[in-house]
Amino acid sequence: MAEKLFGKAMKRVEDPRFITGTGTYTDDMTLPGMAEAAMVRSPYAHARIKKIDASKALAHPGVLAVITGQEMKEAGINSIPTGWLHPGIKTPPHYPITFDKARHVGDIVAAVVAENRQIAEDAAQMVEVEYEPLPAVSLGSEALKPGAPAVHDDIPDNICFTWSIGDKEAVDKAFASAHKTVKLKLRNNRLVPNAMEPRASLAQYHKASDEYTLWTTSQNPHIHRLLIAAFIMGIPEHKLRVIAPDVGGGFGSKIYQYPEEIIVLYAAKKLGRPVKWTARRSESFVTDSHGRDHETVAEMAVDQNGKITAVRVETIANMGAYLTTFAPAVPTYLYGCLLAGPYTTPHIYCHVTAPFTHTTPVDAYRGAGRPEATYLLERLADVMAHELDMDPVEFRRKNLIPPEAFPYQTPVALQYDSGNYEAALDKALEMVGYQKLRQEQAEWRKQGRYMGIGVATYIEACGLAPSALVGSLGAQAGQWESALVRVMPTGKVEVFTGTHSHGQGHETAFAQVVADELQIPVEDVSIVHGDTGRMPYGWGSYGSRSAPTGLSAIVLATRKIVDKAKRIAAHLLEAAPEDIVHEDGKFMVKGVPDKAKTFFEIALQAHLAHNYPADLEPGLEATHFYDPKNFVYPFGTHIAVVEVDPETGRVKLLRYLSVDDCGPVINPLIAEGQVHGGIAQGLGQALLEEAVYDAEGQILSGNFLEYAIPRADDLVQIEHDHTVTPCPHNPLGIKGIGEAGTIASTAAVANAVMDALRPFGIVHLDMPYTPQKVWQAIHSARKLGQAAD
Amino acid sequence: MYTAEFAYKKASSLAEALQLLQQHPEAKLLAGGHSLIPAMKLRLAAPPTLIDIAKVPELREVRLEGNTLVIGAMATYYEVETHPQVRQAAPILPMAIELIGDPMVRAKGTIGGSLAHADPAADLPAVMLALGARMKVVGPSGERVVEAERFFKGMFETDLGEGEILSEIHVPANAGKQAYAKFPHPASRYAVVGVAVVIGPEGVRAAVTGAGSHAMRLTKLEQALAGQPLTREAIEAACQGLLPPNDLNHDLVASRVYRAHLVDVIAKRALLQAAGL
Amino acid sequence: MAEKVRIKLTVNGVVHGSEVEPRLLLVHYLREHLGLTGTHVGCDTSQCGACTVHVDGQAVKSCTMFAVQADGASVTTIEGLGSPGHLHPVQEGFWEMHGLQCGFCTPGMIMAAADLLNKNPNPSEAEIRHALEGNLCRCTGYHNIIRAVQYAAGKMAQRSAADD
Repeated sequence: MAEKLFGKAMKRVEDPRFITGTGTYTDDMTLPGMAEAAMVRSPYAHARIKKIDASKALAHPGVLAVITGQEMKEAGINSIPTGWLHPGIKTPPHYPITFDKARHVGDIVAAVVAENRQIAEDAAQMVEVEYEPLPAVSLGSEALKPGAPAVHDDIPDNICFTWSIGDKEAVDKAFASAHKTVKLKLRNNRLVPNAMEPRASLAQYHKASDEYTLWTTSQNPHIHRLLIAAFIMGIPEHKLRVIAPDVGGGFGSKIYQYPEEIIVLYAAKKLGRPVKWTARRSESFVTDSHGRDHETVAEMAVDQNGKITAVRVETIANMGAYLTTFAPAVPTYLYGCLLAGPYTTPHIYCHVTAPFTHTTPVDAYRGAGRPEATYLLERLADVMAHELDMDPVEFRRKNLIPPEAFPYQTPVALQYDSGNYEAALDKALEMVGYQKLRQEQAEWRKQGRYMGIGVATYIEACGLAPSALVGSLGAQAGQWESALVRVMPTGKVEVFTGTHSHGQGHETAFAQVVADELQIPVEDVSIVHGDTGRMPYGWGSYGSRSAPTGLSAIVLATRKIVDKAKRIAAHLLEAAPEDIVHEDGKFMVKGVPDKAKTFFEIALQAHLAHNYPADLEPGLEATHFYDPKNFVYPFGTHIAVVEVDPETGRVKLLRYLSVDDCGPVINPLIAEGQVHGGIAQGLGQALLEEAVYDAEGQILSGNFLEYAIPRADDLVQIEHDHTVTPCPHNPLGIKGIGEAGTIASTAAVANAVMDALRPFGIVHLDMPYTPQKVWQAIHSARKLGQAAD
Repeated sequence: MYTAEFAYKKASSLAEALQLLQQHPEAKLLAGGHSLIPAMKLRLAAPPTLIDIAKVPELREVRLEGNTLVIGAMATYYEVETHPQVRQAAPILPMAIELIGDPMVRAKGTIGGSLAHADPAADLPAVMLALGARMKVVGPSGERVVEAERFFKGMFETDLGEGEILSEIHVPANAGKQAYAKFPHPASRYAVVGVAVVIGPEGVRAAVTGAGSHAMRLTKLEQALAGQPLTREAIEAACQGLLPPNDLNHDLVASRVYRAHLVDVIAKRALLQAAGL
Repeated sequence: MAEKVRIKLTVNGVVHGSEVEPRLLLVHYLREHLGLTGTHVGCDTSQCGACTVHVDGQAVKSCTMFAVQADGASVTTIEGLGSPGHLHPVQEGFWEMHGLQCGFCTPGMIMAAADLLNKNPNPSEAEIRHALEGNLCRCTGYHNIIRAVQYAAGKMAQRSAADD
């Protein structure tokens, strides 16, 4: 029997190309006759475009075209739609190139196409745009004030939508009769995703067949094809092939339909030449959809026993200047529905107002809504525990949903399928040595050293998603996943998945599972992804859906292969199909191991069909479309230990550990890697990262000189373990692990910093905990203390 | 990611460099390029001509001459950081250099390039001030030597005149116990505040970078410590309100008040380290 | 257009003579003129290190250097460090320890790590973290990158012991 690969820490099969520099990212591609584009972008957050004079640029040697918004509109190129609608939502137009007004710094005003990138960049500087600068607004709450400048002329109050969930009356009643309540004003800082590969797109138009090919940095090429074909450019869907080759990270930012993809497609047809555009990092900062950016008032109520009786949340969620593909879903269904967290809170109400502002659009960034919900709950939990004079761990333990309560219906729509939250908490506490650490903390404080211990217990809903459910909530797309498993005459197998790997290791983890299911060597399996010309269909990778949804489709397709193979084997072995067993890599007659056929023999016969069942189609391939029955619900406990230097305010991470439960782990190397990376991004939000806008809508942290993402010396080696609670409703019991780290770590680090600052009487600070902010808080607290003395 | 166009001239000797500079008065000198090229890529700088002096042999030498460490302006950070005589004669240099940028930056960036650029947040100007280094400048009318204090004149402004090149840095060897402490910018890793101190026979010399328009001596601190035994208490007492906040830089990372506070803290840490306390 | 400059340099052991615009960055020369697309561009402010290559044996950022500055130099890119079947110990370490996810920062990270081990064959964890300050990774949280470098250090120590 071949070694079972499920659970094995197999080295990744995709790595040889990456470690030798032979991967193929979009910008690595060059086509014969290729031209290159550079964008002319608005330096103003809000300005009327009065005149565009491209004559100098057009006269520059090597310039092929200067494309304006007016031209594209006249050519019939439509606005970019959003993929999620709420009742009453305003969906103002978002043209690939704006022609009336610029609505955020970086909004595209014109595109220059030239023989090469140098010339295009030179000429972009020669396009003369006459702007009339207008007042701008960058903060959500400011945009809602009467008299605030309108982002879109026909939406004078800037409100994109309002949304609520939960029983407000019951919640208000619970607060009225609460033993204790706490209230926090929170700002969830705006983040720039910063996948290391900047976005790039390369378009080619094939005149003879009137077909297009687009290579682009995408997490979901089929979504791009659908949006571009059906909504934006009116290309018949089968005449557009979208390929996402190697993609250097996404974290949500490469889900969306961006203007540049449309511009290169349009230019490729116009010029009859392939056209490529690659973002500079400073362009990424102002054009890749940002994440988070909430202003929230959050309240929690408890009874005498310290049980949470209600949570009430009022949030302003900044949408930015335009709605990108999934923006409306993020601060609503991925946020409000998560406000039960892992707790038994009976009454929850959440109300969200989503304004437009003159800033880069905001959409899903790793975790998307769930980190915001977790941060809010975990901050409330810590503050409440302190109010009750309880250890924060004991407060959580008291409120966790017990294992026997599953399936558990929350008051905010979700039904958690399975979980054992306390087991993960206990494991984490044991790993960190919680009691001892608290003693150590007390010792340190006597010496004037400020250690902080932060705990976050979390759940997430991922594995997007049951199509009918999300459809009823506003999704304009299905959320099932497809797989095609194709066996070749030699028994080699190609698996086509509608999910996309941009770092997640599908080529390895999925192959492990397919090899197990078909009982063949893993070397005989290749996983193919990222090409609408090759996949049946697919909705791509985000929301930690690739394993629970995409791999489930693959598994069910392989099982169709096995069923058919049994029928072929039965014919060859002159037995009844129900007597055939699939064991030790062979199809054999039950109890007669000598009467067996190998996978290769069956595959060959399926293709030759010389000696073959009369009622069976030749060939050996199967497609499966898998629509999950529910979300999956990973959970766990993260603990961060930090030290705050009271003199400088600098926070140093001392330890970080996580216990996560994503069900059975396919490949521990890959799963842990996902957790590590997620933790780093969450820590980045807590300590380092913030897209800071000034009142004029200029981003002040718009490059790596100002915007810090975690570096090697900002982190420590992460202590990780897991518990295993299988998902009851998918074939392998697996749950997503792509976002868990980010969802929990922001809250854990935030709680750790606030715990360290407890001796100063500091209850809450907004992230990121920059040295200046922490020092300022300590300094003010000390002054206050002196005044009191 | 392209700079504007420029003409490229490569000098193979100091004389040729001076001559090229005469011929192209609008030119910029290209050393390690780690300040200039990033600015050119963002098109914040667009010099019509670059004169590459990085490989000029007489500008690359590092040697001990009596009691002076002579550092060729085009010696890279890495060469100076790892130079055995430097480690011995001026340990503050490797200590500070190790905190500059990253290994790739240190492989290309040059001592002279950094000093002549006079970035207000660069580390080495403070170090040179604390060491009492002198800058050897050559130009059309010969050569001259400038005290570090007279060399740094403003934000990106030095005493270098038209047609002049910084050729050598003369650092007093074994000037005393020395240390550099730095509070780095979380993103750029430039100094938000960096303080260099040298405790010599004639007292403490201290200088700060990142705080104002250019690196400067911390005279108030030096005077406060003059003639005193350097105890922890004396140092702590002296490092209070060293610079008035009103004159200081301010940005996203540090307000004037916070920066002034950091100057006190970082100066204290540098002193404690130098004094071995 | 500014006058082109003739340069001659060795890249991965092969001598190349080219006429280039002075403003051509080394990274674009490698990617666009020589087709060595393993060296990546991840930022425009010389911060991310995705473009790290070795010039005359030392790691440098090829985005912060004009090709004309590399005239006469010997350049090694990720493609020249090792190939499948003949991996450099650092490449092997990244594979063994899962030191990469999306792979975009990886060539630069590997070149920086190889440079570190050339200069310091037995670095501590803190030294590795410090040495990789100029290389940003958004996927791994650096955990497995540290392990990859430690693996490579061990492997190289074994090899040099075997050579002795």
